[in-house]
Amino acid sequence: MHMHKFEKIWLIFGVGALLVFLSVLGVSAFYLGNQPPSCLATIDQEKVDTLPPFNEPGLKKVEGKDWDYELIFVAAAFAYTPGEVEVPLGAKVKVIATTKDVIHGFQVAGTNINMMLEPGYISEYVTTFDKAGEYLILCNEYCGMGHHMMTSKIEVVE
Amino acid sequence: MAQPQLHKKTNSKLEETNSLKGTLASVILLGFFIIFTWVGVYFLFLDRF
Amino acid sequence: MGIATEKLNVDRRDGRLVMAHFYVAFIALAVGGLAGLLQVLVRSGKFELPLGIGYYQVLTVHGVVLGLVLTTFFIMGFQIAAVSRTSGTLTNKQRVIGWIGFWLMTAGTIMAAVMILLNEATVLYTFYAPLQAHAIYYLGLTFVVVGSWFDGAAIILAYSKWRKAHPGTPSPLLTFMAVVNTLMWIVATIGVATTVLFQLLPWSLGLVDRVDVLLSRTLFWYFGHPLVYFWLLPAYMCWYAIIPKIIGGKIFSDSLARLSFILFLLFSIPVGFHHQLTEPGIDPAWKFLQVVLTFLVIIPSLMTAFSLFATFESFGRSRGARGLFGWVRELPWGDARFSVPFIGMLSFIPAGAGGIINASHQMNQVVHNTIWVTGHFHLTLATAVILTFFGISYWLVPHLTGRKLTKAMNKLAIIQGVLWAIGMTFMSGAMHAAGLLGAPRRSSFSEYGGAPQAAEWIPYQIAQAVGGSILFLAIILMLYIFINLAFFAPKGEQDFPVGEVADEAEKAPMVFENWKLWLGITVVLILFAYTIPLIDMIENAPIGSKGYKLW
Repeated sequence: MHMHKFEKIWLIFGVGALLVFLSVLGVSAFYLGNQPPSCLATIDQEKVDTLPPFNEPGLKKVEGKDWDYELIFVAAAFAYTPGEVEVPLGAKVKVIATTKDVIHGFQVAGTNINMMLEPGYISEYVTTFDKAGEYLILCNEYCGMGHHMMTSKIEVVE
Repeated sequence: MAQPQLHKKTNSKLEETNSLKGTLASVILLGFFIIFTWVGVYFLFLDRF
Repeated sequence: MGIATEKLNVDRRDGRLVMAHFYVAFIALAVGGLAGLLQVLVRSGKFELPLGIGYYQVLTVHGVVLGLVLTTFFIMGFQIAAVSRTSGTLTNKQRVIGWIGFWLMTAGTIMAAVMILLNEATVLYTFYAPLQAHAIYYLGLTFVVVGSWFDGAAIILAYSKWRKAHPGTPSPLLTFMAVVNTLMWIVATIGVATTVLFQLLPWSLGLVDRVDVLLSRTLFWYFGHPLVYFWLLPAYMCWYAIIPKIIGGKIFSDSLARLSFILFLLFSIPVGFHHQLTEPGIDPAWKFLQVVLTFLVIIPSLMTAFSLFATFESFGRSRGARGLFGWVRELPWGDARFSVPFIGMLSFIPAGAGGIINASHQMNQVVHNTIWVTGHFHLTLATAVILTFFGISYWLVPHLTGRKLTKAMNKLAIIQGVLWAIGMTFMSGAMHAAGLLGAPRRSSFSEYGGAPQAAEWIPYQIAQAVGGSILFLAIILMLYIFINLAFFAPKGEQDFPVGEVADEAEKAPMVFENWKLWLGITVVLILFAYTIPLIDMIENAPIGSKGYKLW
């Protein structure tokens, strides 16, 4: 099977670029810890309201962990609890969320906080809120009639 | 690629008919477009929290 | 390629089977296109649906009839035509199997459609549990898939017959490609068939109470990514093996075309996790492994890009074109059979670039489930693939009905393609931009409680409505052209173009048709990518979900 010299050059260039992309992603994910949300913990979705930490949704200061705060969200058709929360600027926060019913898509618009909430699973993401402002939380996975009415709000304040 | 043995290598006009330099230029431009967009979104990822 | 032994026309009996598929496909285009128009209008915020029709019901119609019905019917019809043209008329038995497939798919489509219209299945075309549709909806989709297996069986039987009659000779390129796509489809649909038959159907019938949501989604996406390659490969068939003939050039390399198709068979299935990157129940190392496999499936597309440019340049230079890009002028821009699929090829450049971004592990968080993704697959499926399908229809429909594509229709077809390009530039461009700002996909118009971020998206939503309206006009034009070609165009002979290779001396290696080898590697790769994560999922599964009907 014959391959033109220019095609070889192109494939070396193209595959080289893909390898660079993968290396950047791999180093960022495995050495710097920028993995996509993959908590792997489960929960009984029908008892979410009674189980910690979801029995007390909202922002909580924590001690002795790699992050300063935990921000707990509970999703259910068609609302997030809490409906509004303030986070101090520069706080390192672990966002922890789960759903009580169907799948929801927890997304803080304009940020990298974007994770699926699936019944029976806990979703987590650690990040530092380093830009002040008002951020809309919405649901980005179809969950029924009121899907587009599901909102909450994070205010990052000085 | 067309059959080069049919053409005399000394004939520059026929040489031209076998060239794939436009193809190489096109795919390299395509490659740069892919790199440019990928790097753009990667920086968006880095910039956001 | 044994061109001398090929029959030059598709037999009329095979033609009727193919046209039956196309009628359903183009009815789906009409229905789905109208649904799409309603969606962009609603989302602009300036229009509300009458008669209490729900946005998500319309969205379900759009996804099911365009993503599943139009594509499957058109692809199976086109592949049957390609096999009949290049490997000889189907036997009566093969044709009967094809008709059984057609009627099963049609029955399934009607079942699913009735349930959607009754508002019993407003679960979108991805039907993620624990939203629970009526059992008949799942059964209807099952019929569509099983019917497509019958069509696939007709294709494989026709190929086997040719194979036995021509030992030691590589099969005709179009037949080979149709067989690869059919095999990939069969391996892929096993996943969706498993979740529907063993999880969703018993659960919607009330035989079991709970469903394992993550397992169901994983089986769906095991199918869902090869699904997009099942859409794309018939377009590649046209680009590799038909377009060269239309422009008057040659296929750049028969062997490399076959190699790229084999690579698609191997690498388009074990990559479903790149649709599940932000899900909680999958280990990130396994996600990354499938990201790497996803990047491997980019390579055959890089090869395709080179082959196409090379075909065009070789043709242009054979006509005396000079300079770096002089060959571009030599291409037959006035021929809709070329220029409309060419718009599709161009759209695949940003489409592919976007796809690489989507699959990039943690970067997926920037775009996941935003309307960027919708913009992405409206470039892949709804431009690259569909404009190629339209380009195929311009000659295949008259070829099958014994008519001709007239100059007037050719002109209209080009206008249609250009309108599509303009409409899609607005719509998909605005979707990509709004998605990067955070606007979600699959959502009705909402001001999100007056949030300032949501207000920023509204101008883009209006641009989507403008683009979507232009696209709807293009769809009306396409339907007009289709009806003309099927029923009213003047009688005549329209050629079914089949490309010839540039270098006849170079025979494709027979190893490409060693299906045991390729299917073996395919299965090994699937087992490698999925076995451990699936065991993890099942062992650590939560209690499972009851069904919800929240619409």
